[in-house]
Order: sequence, then C-alpha cells, then structure tokens
Amino acid sequence: MKKLFLALPLALGLSGASADELQTRVEQMMLDSFKANGIAGLDRQKQDAVQKACSGLTPPDAETMKKLEAAEMATIKWPTDGNFTGGDWKEGQKIAASGRGLTWTDKTADNNGGGCYNCHAMDPKEVSEGTIGPSLEGYGKLRGSSEEVVKYTWGKLWNSKAYNACSDMPRNGYGGILTETQIRHVMAYLFDPASPVNQ
Amino acid sequence: MRRQLLFTALGAAIALTSPLAGAAGDELNFDAYREMLADGNPAELLEMEGEELWRTARGPKNATLEQCDLGRGPGVVEGAAAQLPRYFADTDKVQDLESRLMHCMEAQQGIPSAEIINGQFLKGERGKLAALVAYVVTHSKGKPIAIDLSHPRVKEMYDMGERAFRYRTGAMDFACSSCHSQDGKRIRATQLPNITKPEGAAEGWSSWPAYRVSNSQFWTMQHRLWDCFRQQRTAEPVFASDVTIALSVFMAGKGNGAEARWPGVKR
Ligand code: HEC
Ligand code: HEC
Repeated sequence: MKKLFLALPLALGLSGASADELQTRVEQMMLDSFKANGIAGLDRQKQDAVQKACSGLTPPDAETMKKLEAAEMATIKWPTDGNFTGGDWKEGQKIAASGRGLTWTDKTADNNGGGCYNCHAMDPKEVSEGTIGPSLEGYGKLRGSSEEVVKYTWGKLWNSKAYNACSDMPRNGYGGILTETQIRHVMAYLFDPASPVNQ
Repeated sequence: MRRQLLFTALGAAIALTSPLAGAAGDELNFDAYREMLADGNPAELLEMEGEELWRTARGPKNATLEQCDLGRGPGVVEGAAAQLPRYFADTDKVQDLESRLMHCMEAQQGIPSAEIINGQFLKGERGKLAALVAYVVTHSKGKPIAIDLSHPRVKEMYDMGERAFRYRTGAMDFACSSCHSQDGKRIRATQLPNITKPEGAAEGWSSWPAYRVSNSQFWTMQHRLWDCFRQQRTAEPVFASDVTIALSVFMAGKGNGAEARWPGVKR
C-alpha cells in the first residue's frame, strides 16, 4: 500500500512531484549521501539562511537580499581598538596565497589560508591568479585608506555576505576560516604602501 | 616499459613546474603533453588489467563478470559507458558505471559492495573497480554520450543533480556552481569548465575518467567528484551515493551528444 502511494507521483511524471517536494528530497540527499570525516562533520551539510536562499536558479528578490545582508552585517566583529590595518603584510601575503585548510584531510581547523589568489589578482607580478572575483591589484593605492574604505574592507573580509548575500566569497571571520589577527595581516597586504599589491 | 618510463618523466616534469610559473606556460605545455600522449595513454596498462579482471573468475562465487549487464545486455561492453548512468530494473536504481560494476561484483562474484564503499580510492577492490572502469570506458571512446532523459527516474535524478549542483553548504559556502557556473573562469592557473552549459558539461563528463599526469594516477568520475567535494569543504561523500549519481546524471545529460574521449589525460 505504502509502495503504491510512493509510486504515484513518479507515475505522473515529474510535473507530479512539486518543486517543494523535490527540494525536501535534495536536502535529505545532501545529508544521507555524506559521512563525517575528521574536522568535516555532517553539520556542514545543513544550510544556513544565506546558503539556502542563494542555492536557487535565480537569486532572491531585493527585499530578501537586504534582510539577509542586515543579519550578516550584525555578525561582523570590528576591532575594538580601531586597529584595522596594523598587521604584517608579509604574513598577509602568505595567508592570501595559501588555499589550504578545512578539508577532511586537514587535521585541525586552525592555521588556514584565505585562498584569496584562488579567486583574485593581487600582486601585479603574480601571474597564477584566479578570476572568480575582481582584481585587487593596487587596492590601497587606488582606493586610499579613508575610514570608510578600510571599514568596508574589514567587513567584507569578515563576512562577505553582509554586502552581497549571495557572494561567492567565503565568510572568513564569521565562518572561522581566518582569525582576527590573520585578517589584520591580510588587511595590511591590501593597504600597506610597502605591500607588493600597491607597487 | 619504455612508455612507462616516458610517463614517469613527464609526471616529474610537470610536478616540478612551480605553481607560480604561470598560467599560460602550464596550459601550453599541457597541450603538448596531451598530443604526445594521444596515441599512448598510460591508462592502457590499467585497461589491460581491467580486461583481465573482467574475464577472470574471482570472489567467493569464483565467477567472471562476463554475464554483467551494463545496460546493453549481459556481457556487452561495447558502447555501454556512453549510455550510463541509466535506470536498471533489476536493482530499481539509476546507476553509473561504477555503482553498476559494484553491483555486478557483488551479485556475480560475491564481492561485498560494503568492501568497496568503505574502502579507499586506488586500493583493494575499489582499485580493481577502477581498472574495470578503464576497460569498459575504452569501448565507448568516440561514441556520442547518450543518456536517456525520457525515463522518469533518470529525469528525476537529473533534476536532483541540478539542485545539488547549486546547493551551497559547508565551511566556505561553496556549491559546485561557485566554481563551475561562469565562462572562462580560473582557480589560480586552472581553467574551470562552465558545467551549467552543454559545452562545459560535455567537457567535464567526456574527459573523465582520466589519467592524471601530475600524480601518475588514474581517477574515475567518482574520484573526481570526491575531490571536488573536498575542495568544496563539505563532509565526505559516500562512494556511489545518490548525490554522486545525481550529479553524474546532470552532467552527462547536459553533455548529451558530445563525443566521449575516454579515458582522458589530465594534468
Ligand atoms: C571563492 C572565491 C573568492 C575567494 C576565495 C575570495 N574572494 Fe574576495 N571576492 C570574490 C568575489 C566573487 C567578489 C565580488 C562579488 C561580491 O562578493 O560581491 C569578491 C570581492 C572581494 C572584495 C571587494 C572588492 C570590491 O571591489 O569591493 C575584496 C576586498 C575581497 N574580495 C578580498 C578578498 C580577500 C582578501 C580574500 C582572501 C582572504 C578573498 N577576497 C577571497 C570571491 C572570492
Ligand atoms: C572550490 C572550487 C571548486 C568547487 C566548489 C568544485 N570544483 Fe570541480 N573543479 C575545480 C578545479 C580547480 C578543477 C580542475 C582540477 C584539476 O584540473 O586538477 C575541477 C574540475 C572538475 C571537473 C573536471 C573538469 C574537466 O574538464 O576536467 C568536473 C567534472 C568537476 N570539477 C565537477 C564538480 C562538481 C560536480 C562539483 C560539486 C560537487 C565541483 N566540481 C565543485 C574546482 C571546484
């Protein structure tokens, strides 16, 4: 009896299975088809609000985007002492170049790279650079270091989704990918006049 | 033997190329390697091993795989891979080549699927399965990819795969689409196919399984997907699980009509 019942939507073809029903099954599949391995637990298979809203064929409407962005904005941790850019650009360079971390073959969840070069051009001399994100060559030189620019950049690095809910950029601070100290080093890499990014 | 040596040398040459050495250089060189390898893919050694395995009586039931039905009738290998994944009535499942071979190994030879599912790539029975894959796909080389999307169960897997492809999750919020849904994008120096378009899907689907020159390993499509999920920072996908089949149906179905170039040669 149960079997017959289950077979019915199939017999009717896909138009029979509603979009919601399909979505529920996909969510279940994204859980059932995986197993926890080391630091990569099954909690990773459950979506949070932005992940869920941004997995459709089209992005959410403008109002939903605004709401999501406001919620993400509230998660940003701003430096209490106002020290946004006082890191070491050389450390920042290493973090930007390293794409390692947070896979099931990584033993611990610390010491991750930012993987910036996977998606961005930064040092004009570096040729092996991704193109998923816009070029950041000459970042500090071109934009200056007004409070507004510096604050925006810190926020973008901490939680990219606060400015574009469906951004393809990871949420470095919020997601625990980079520590506050590491983000400050990357900030220095972007803003320090001595950094290769600004040569 | 001489060939083996050549491949090892090539592997080393590529491995030595620094990741900072540059996009253009790598790509150009790689085309040259591909040409050199065109009439001698190292996967040939594995194909031969796979053919041997197909014909050898093995497992608790001491049987060969010569009665294995890959969709075109018992024992028919010719053109079978190009039509997979497909729906199989005997298992009531949509299966890709790997899950189907695993089924045959259990049903005919008595080799427990659990041993393969819980095993590791390149090792033990899962390693043997990869050799069988190399053998079977070679017999679809040059054939058009032909997935039967008119079958409701296959179409259903396609739709689930399309959604799984866009399913953002994990520590970095990535979905497959984060890296594979725009034209002409790169991660570092590596060109990424746009799998949401038929040409890109065909490029991905028709060139794997492949021999990877960079590490001298033969990777099946299950292996390829497993590593993309690793880069995506999800939990570990279970071998031959629904998500791997759904994504395979999505890519193969979207690439329908393209010519299979199996086994491929990749960096
Ligand atoms: C997976 C790809 C990806 C990674 C990794 C990534 N980004 Fe981004 N980034 C993007 C994309 C795409 C955008 C533009 C779209 C958006 O987010 O609105 C962007 C935007 C930015 C911006 C804003 C640029 C502007 O003009 O306003 C900055 C700054 C930035 N990224 C810095 C970084 C840094 C630093 C890192 C490493 C810690 C990094 N990104 C890692 C994809 C990425
Ligand atoms: C973080 C970025 C990233 C994500 C997310 C990602 N991939 Fe990939 N994918 C890559 C890279 C890089 C390569 C090229 C690897 C190589 O050449 O060694 C690749 C290669 C591939 C290929 C082979 C393409 C070819 O032409 O050789 C396929 C197919 C593929 N990915 C499918 C997927 C699927 C399906 C998903 C989702 C489960 C996915 N990828 C998620 C980065 C990614």
